[in-house]
Amino acid sequence: MIVLWGSNARETHPIFFHHVLRALRRGAKLYVVDPRRTSSARWADGWLGLDVGSDIALANAIGREILAAGLENRAFIERATSGFDAYRESVEPYTLERAEEITGVAAPLIRELAHAYARAGRAELCWTLGITEHHNAVDNVRALINLALLCGHVGRYGSGVNPLRGQNNVQGGGDMGAIPNKFPGGQDVEDEASIRKFEGAWNVALPRKAGWNLTDMFAAMERRELDTLYVVGENPAQSEADQEHATALLRGLKHLIVQDIFLTKTGELADVVFPAAASWCESEGTVTSSERRVQRCRKALDPPGDAWDDIAILCALARRLGADWPDYTPRQAWDECRSLSEWHAGMNYERLDALDGIPWPCYDETHPGEQFLHSRLWEAPLRGPRAPFAAVEHDPPVEALDEEYPVRLTTGRRLDSFNTGVQSGGYRSPLRRGETLDISPDDARRYGVADGDTVRVTSRRGSILVPVRIDPGLREGLAFTTFHFNDAVATNLLTIDATDPKSGTAEFKACAVRIDPSTGSG
Amino acid sequence: MVELTIDGAPVRVPDGATILEACRAIGIDTPTLCFLESLTPVNACRVCVVELEGSRALVPACARRAEPGMAIQTDSPRVRHSRKLVLELLGSSVDLSTAPDARRYCERYGADPRRFGATPATVAQPIKIDNELYVRDYAKCILCYKCVEACGVDAQNTFAIAVAGRGFDAHISTEYDVALPDSACVYCGNCIGVCPTGALMFSSEHELRARGQWDEPAQTQTDTICSYCGVGCTLTLHVQENEIVKVTSPIENGVTHGHLCVKGRFGYQYVQNRPPGELSS
Repeated sequence: MIVLWGSNARETHPIFFHHVLRALRRGAKLYVVDPRRTSSARWADGWLGLDVGSDIALANAIGREILAAGLENRAFIERATSGFDAYRESVEPYTLERAEEITGVAAPLIRELAHAYARAGRAELCWTLGITEHHNAVDNVRALINLALLCGHVGRYGSGVNPLRGQNNVQGGGDMGAIPNKFPGGQDVEDEASIRKFEGAWNVALPRKAGWNLTDMFAAMERRELDTLYVVGENPAQSEADQEHATALLRGLKHLIVQDIFLTKTGELADVVFPAAASWCESEGTVTSSERRVQRCRKALDPPGDAWDDIAILCALARRLGADWPDYTPRQAWDECRSLSEWHAGMNYERLDALDGIPWPCYDETHPGEQFLHSRLWEAPLRGPRAPFAAVEHDPPVEALDEEYPVRLTTGRRLDSFNTGVQSGGYRSPLRRGETLDISPDDARRYGVADGDTVRVTSRRGSILVPVRIDPGLREGLAFTTFHFNDAVATNLLTIDATDPKSGTAEFKACAVRIDPSTGSG
Repeated sequence: MVELTIDGAPVRVPDGATILEACRAIGIDTPTLCFLESLTPVNACRVCVVELEGSRALVPACARRAEPGMAIQTDSPRVRHSRKLVLELLGSSVDLSTAPDARRYCERYGADPRRFGATPATVAQPIKIDNELYVRDYAKCILCYKCVEACGVDAQNTFAIAVAGRGFDAHISTEYDVALPDSACVYCGNCIGVCPTGALMFSSEHELRARGQWDEPAQTQTDTICSYCGVGCTLTLHVQENEIVKVTSPIENGVTHGHLCVKGRFGYQYVQNRPPGELSS
């Protein structure tokens, strides 16, 4: 059984969805939880079209129903988890009836998913940004993990929790320590033993405290504590929520360096731009996929003009700053990582080539890499800490709907496009219609607009003009758009920068807007 | 395990293996056109037929399971004659100019497509160019069904194309024969990836061929990882004069099985939208 929660994998992870389809042909069940009846939902045995931001209420009700029916995996809960009693108490108020009220999903459908999930021999619970782009993203994820723990659907072949990664190396970026709280290989930057290990290897004194994530950085810019920013391969001037505010902060910096393959909107604001080679086809290296598979990228093209490999830029910059860095090759950098990260120790380039990549952890050069994590939870006696349940409460989107802003706007991706369109804008997709505001047939009638008519969309932060597209997969009061065509339609002028306090992710999935049929003037 | 003999030699293959797999296990190069490891056999082309002792008709090696005690002939006069005739019929009606495998088989079996006279019935027709990513030249189509399978249950499950018509008029068609942009097509290009004759071709390849600039021996093929989502699809970049001219994926790759999506297949252009002066410099 497969549950896709807040994920339209058919369009956003199409080749993963091929594997899902193959499973469906072999008799697997698919449930899709999504406010929109997406092209993924059309393949589902059940579609749970919940209201945006009511995921925790739904998950808790599923948990409560599993417990009420006595379908939980008692033995697993007792052996491998903690916090179960508090969890059971926390979900008690989430009856099917109450959940139906909060989420808009019919009680029998919630019950059906609960029973199917609990009874499945193997169940995979996958999610994407529909879960994480909320002000309570971490709580959303914990609510789903609770379900996996409740049924023992974790740590076994074919059973697990699986966040589908949206970018080709977002997993690898974190694994390599490009996050403020980790060294390469998931080692904690505030752990004294790890700090000493890396100090020894790098021969420098390291800070004892974790740094800022992207959201913290913008907050620090606001406080004028951060005045210099070095942006590598990111376009925050267009990808941040509440774009006007983000751009003003970037403009207010004393010094902005941008390293990118294009002169992005962020690059246009920069004091210094380092033109970089495209990492996936103009230089060598590795990326790590959603299944933790470290894979080799290889150089197929010479980069244009003065564009340099990212590593060459960093090494040259380090030398200008007085460090004694030679020109490391990508392979030397990788071998250094292997010497410091247990997860990657066994992955030499030869093995990565021969095995089409290796999933971490891979402890030595005979280790095949782990197909799945957390199998220790099934060992008796239990090795390592218990997996904690988390009592989490429903907390609706920060911006409630009201008379002035009565429409829920949610954002996502379309099949042929990608993020701010910097990459996908380069090819001529016959599927592309430019940006649209997708609305339900009911709302089209209410506003008296036809497919292609331009409307004005206004939130508390900004206002844009955009043509409408009528999508029968949407219900009244729910609108959808993307941020693929930012130069034409700056969707992130509308979105809210309310962020999750733990992950720093902004609530791109839920803001309140008003739709006015345009009078034609702009 | 199943034991059988092929051309007099004993072979042991796992239960469920096909005669084709048994042939390959002992190094017999069996011609195939409609067969692909990643697709369900449709038994359409008949070039893989072999002689099975005790069987009235020749049997397709690609689909027939090996059974204990089978005695198979792969190069008997009857097999050679049948394969030759099939190739002659295909060659007389279809433009095989961009079908290297079919041409190689024609040579091997001495097939002479011209023997049906100067004006045989053909599937000649104008090329269909209705989008900027790939072209459809059904004058080159041998009706192997692979594109239909890849668009359907075997991979993409989009069902934008099927076989329409009967007999000699059978042809691959979108619903109501509409142009691709009006069809269900999502431009994954998985049909191009499996086409054995060049009937389905990347626009980039088609245009270079039209200009006489397609230079396959000069091309490099480099495997790398797609730059879009986190699934980790292996892309084989076919590069000519520092330009990506097409993208495929290895059929044996465990992530893709040779299949990609529109972004992976066609979304590379952003690394080579360069000022005109810089092209091929």
